[in-house]
Amino acid sequence: MSELIELTAAQAAERIRGGDVSAAELFEAYRVRAAADGDDLNAFTWVADGPPEDPQPNAPLAGIPLAVKDLFCTEGVPSQSGSKILEGYEPPYTATVVAKLAQAGTTLLGKTNQDEFAMGSSNENSAFGPVRNPWDRTRVPGGSSGGSAAAVAAGLAPWALGTDTGGSIRQPAALCGIVGLKPTYGAISRYGMIAFASSLDQAGPFTRDVTDAALLLRHMVGQDACDSTSLAFPGEIELPKGVDLRGVKLGVPEELTGEGIESGVREAFNATLALAEQLGASVETCRLPHAPHALNAYYLIAPAEASANLARFDGVRYGLRVDADDLLGMYTQTREAGFGAEVKRRIMLGTYALSSGYYDAYYGRAQQVRTKVADDFRAAFERFDLLVTPTSPSVAFRLGEKVDDPLAMYLSDVCTVPMSLAGIPAISIPNGVSDGLPVGFQLCGPAFSENRLLSAAYVLEQALGFDGSPARGANGAPA
Amino acid sequence: MSGPAYEPVIGLEIHVQLRTNTKMFCGCELSFGDPPNTHTCPVCLGLPGALPVVNARAIHYALLIGLALGCELAPRSIFHRKNYFYPDLPKGYQISQYDIPICSGGRLGDVRIHRAHMEEDAAKLVHVGASGRIHGADESVVDFNRGGTPLVEIVTEPDVRSAAQAREWLTLLRETLRQLGVSDVNMEEGSLRCDANVSIRPAGSDVLGTKTELKNMNSFRYLERGVEAEIARQIAIVQSGGDVEQETLHYDPVTGAISSLRSKEEAHDYRYFPEPDLVPIVVDEAMIAAARAELPELPAQRAERYERDLSLSADSARQLAFRADLATYFERALAADGEHPQALANWVTGELVARIGDADPAGCKVEPAALAQLVALVRAKTVTPGAAKQVLDTLVEQGGDPQVIVEAEGLAALGDGDELAEVVQRALASDPDAVEKLKAGNMKAIGPIVGFVMRETKGRADGGEVTRLVREQLNLS
Amino acid sequence: MIDRAQVLHVAKLARLALSDDEVEQMSRELSAVLDHIEKISELRLDGVAPTSHVIDVVNALRPDEPRRSLPRDVALASAPEALEQGFGVPSPGAS
Repeated sequence: MSELIELTAAQAAERIRGGDVSAAELFEAYRVRAAADGDDLNAFTWVADGPPEDPQPNAPLAGIPLAVKDLFCTEGVPSQSGSKILEGYEPPYTATVVAKLAQAGTTLLGKTNQDEFAMGSSNENSAFGPVRNPWDRTRVPGGSSGGSAAAVAAGLAPWALGTDTGGSIRQPAALCGIVGLKPTYGAISRYGMIAFASSLDQAGPFTRDVTDAALLLRHMVGQDACDSTSLAFPGEIELPKGVDLRGVKLGVPEELTGEGIESGVREAFNATLALAEQLGASVETCRLPHAPHALNAYYLIAPAEASANLARFDGVRYGLRVDADDLLGMYTQTREAGFGAEVKRRIMLGTYALSSGYYDAYYGRAQQVRTKVADDFRAAFERFDLLVTPTSPSVAFRLGEKVDDPLAMYLSDVCTVPMSLAGIPAISIPNGVSDGLPVGFQLCGPAFSENRLLSAAYVLEQALGFDGSPARGANGAPA
Repeated sequence: MSGPAYEPVIGLEIHVQLRTNTKMFCGCELSFGDPPNTHTCPVCLGLPGALPVVNARAIHYALLIGLALGCELAPRSIFHRKNYFYPDLPKGYQISQYDIPICSGGRLGDVRIHRAHMEEDAAKLVHVGASGRIHGADESVVDFNRGGTPLVEIVTEPDVRSAAQAREWLTLLRETLRQLGVSDVNMEEGSLRCDANVSIRPAGSDVLGTKTELKNMNSFRYLERGVEAEIARQIAIVQSGGDVEQETLHYDPVTGAISSLRSKEEAHDYRYFPEPDLVPIVVDEAMIAAARAELPELPAQRAERYERDLSLSADSARQLAFRADLATYFERALAADGEHPQALANWVTGELVARIGDADPAGCKVEPAALAQLVALVRAKTVTPGAAKQVLDTLVEQGGDPQVIVEAEGLAALGDGDELAEVVQRALASDPDAVEKLKAGNMKAIGPIVGFVMRETKGRADGGEVTRLVREQLNLS
Repeated sequence: MIDRAQVLHVAKLARLALSDDEVEQMSRELSAVLDHIEKISELRLDGVAPTSHVIDVVNALRPDEPRRSLPRDVALASAPEALEQGFGVPSPGAS
């Protein structure tokens, strides 16, 4: 069984098509591990209790089990977005991207734990307990998609779906030593994704390697009539196959690679830059003048949109209801009891930013900053093919370390937020280890440059030879 | 009433439910009267993860409305979220339009339009009564069938100056929208809803007074009475030295009382921001052309045209313009014989409608050309009006040619020939009393004489001619 | 700086029944965050158009064709109070 777990999704798909591995066997191998996790990593909020009804061996993704972040609606299966206010909620429909992947052959292994309503960078904000990092269980896996990242890193799932709003795929991927990709905004349908921030949320893959990321992404993209903000992806997502980086111009933004980056992370970053040059890339510094303000703009825009998106949780039609003397009491007590501290904080921040007298100074200004950030990237991409940064300023920090300091927690996103504001695609690949903990390397490109991104990431990945097996433990048992 | 005169200043806010097949942002069918919660989906229920998608026909109807009202159509407009909590609002925000509405400016009749924008309707909240809850609050239930119905909200400038004018103008708007085919515009069913913003000011002033908002008047009559009552209330306040407070009010048609719906402190902070789940609406030439192609001639323009080109009275013009089927019939009749437009109009809106009621005259047996011919016969005094009515009765029943019917039924007018003179003689002979009074100078006594003659001639005598003959035969001056 | 009164006002707008401790904490935490965020007021942004839509798409419209609605029992399946006439709620009352 342990050797099945060692296969990447692409390898397993080939073996299933070839007939020497059965989809049912593969599913069961993972299902047992996922179900056994329990409180160890606490990566799952729900695990399938048996094999799926009709695995599709002839479909492109050939019955490969998929772990899906809790906030994706899956019909008849709990979809709670990590929140008490939706505890046990089973939607009557399935998210478009999950349905597309099922049609392509994936099978639903389980729903993964996450920061409540995707708000967080450590997965300590879940109503269902924190998730732990498989590299060191006293540390966080990152967030908000911590469960998906931990599951893939620990070999509890071959791949997983997450969502990225300000870094919620890339940062946990970095902290857990796996691959995570945030696509161009609009490339993947948001229909059925329990919303956090509408103009920023995007679904994306967590995988063990870049090839798997490309494979999963290929079946996720596409315009959806149910999502007005979705677009057709021009062309197809290709499986990467480069051997070097000759002719590739990499830019290193000064504002995102300066102070605040931990020394271990910086060392790994610089080593990867040197490797890229050896592979033929040109590497130069560049400027993104408004990047230092991206985080501030993000922490106005995202909470503002979230404050409206979460207004539907009012105890009327679904979810938690706290009975009270009157309607106002029902509303306020339901939401007080149902939302965690971070969610309440962001709802308050967002409501304030939109409120009468404050709109222009806060939300209005933040949207202008957003324009400037996008302009900065556009200008940079006239000189460079891709920009590169460390994914996270630090390696995985300890559980509880930043919980009492919201501002410190928000700063974890400093390298990932600018790309989210601009709506451009970005990928994180593991590029080293610091004090025994994985470090992530981020590449980003212009809108719809996913193929170029995957290709460059692949070349680097092959050259780096990062070994993620420590997180999967010896003999297939969890570490 | 002593003291300075006050002028009412009224603006109207009208919500029009559109007659599309499906809701504004989802494919649920529109319904009226179906069992509760049988036309819902994740989108209009506000389920987690659901997203809105704009109904193309709703945009088309909004453009039709904009063109009909002479509005400027925004080349690019966006939707906004209007945020507040209420059980009939499933998302906790309404998707509406804020500072860039699809239509702005315009005019209908003598009232200018400020703007018209698109939004979704709220669900239906029904108070049920005592709940039996431990906590004692009353119970209400929500039915989401109506939630998400496309609405166009039309806001006028404060150009209306009386309750009667408000009612009159709203009638014109309703007829215009009905002829556009964009809405059922039925106030009782809720597809047309009207709120009034009312203020007063000293006559002659051009400064606006504090306005109140009068809501939930669900018939034309209640609207007129409510506005009247509010004007009176404001005048009374100001005359006794007080100030009108800005508030939202409700008019109770049964008691005539005006009560407060919301106090000032409860004024909402809607925290409007652009709707991130929708993309802008760009109105291009093709969309405008498609809307223009569907525009019928609308009541206001048609009435104007009749007055101007046909010299019809304002009243006749309005009556015809407000019933498209009558107007169409009238114009076909006019095409057959355009000599007497006013007379023809009178016959269409008078005698014809009296006989066929609300039915479309195109479906009745009176051919437009036939009616036109009948009118010509009356104008030529070939037939008396009275006799003509009988001819019309026959036409309604069997159709046909008026000339033929006149001859067949012997209804030709009696001219100034011997036959009439002979009947007048007999009439006078039969009523010596009347003759005496007439000779004494009391012309009113001619009534029974004329009556006798009409009966004898089956209405074919011309009243004027009878009078002339009576004077002649009695040697009256 | 966001003081207690402002916190209470915003909490009412957001329909959150914060405890006294929470109000205190919220005031401190939001003030710290806002202090940082307010740095955007230092930027020169005259004439910069706000980004309300990141992608360059317009007129995402759907044809006016009916799609099947949820069966009534499915629509009410997760309702905290499912009644015959619809979703039960405490009456809004005079507001």
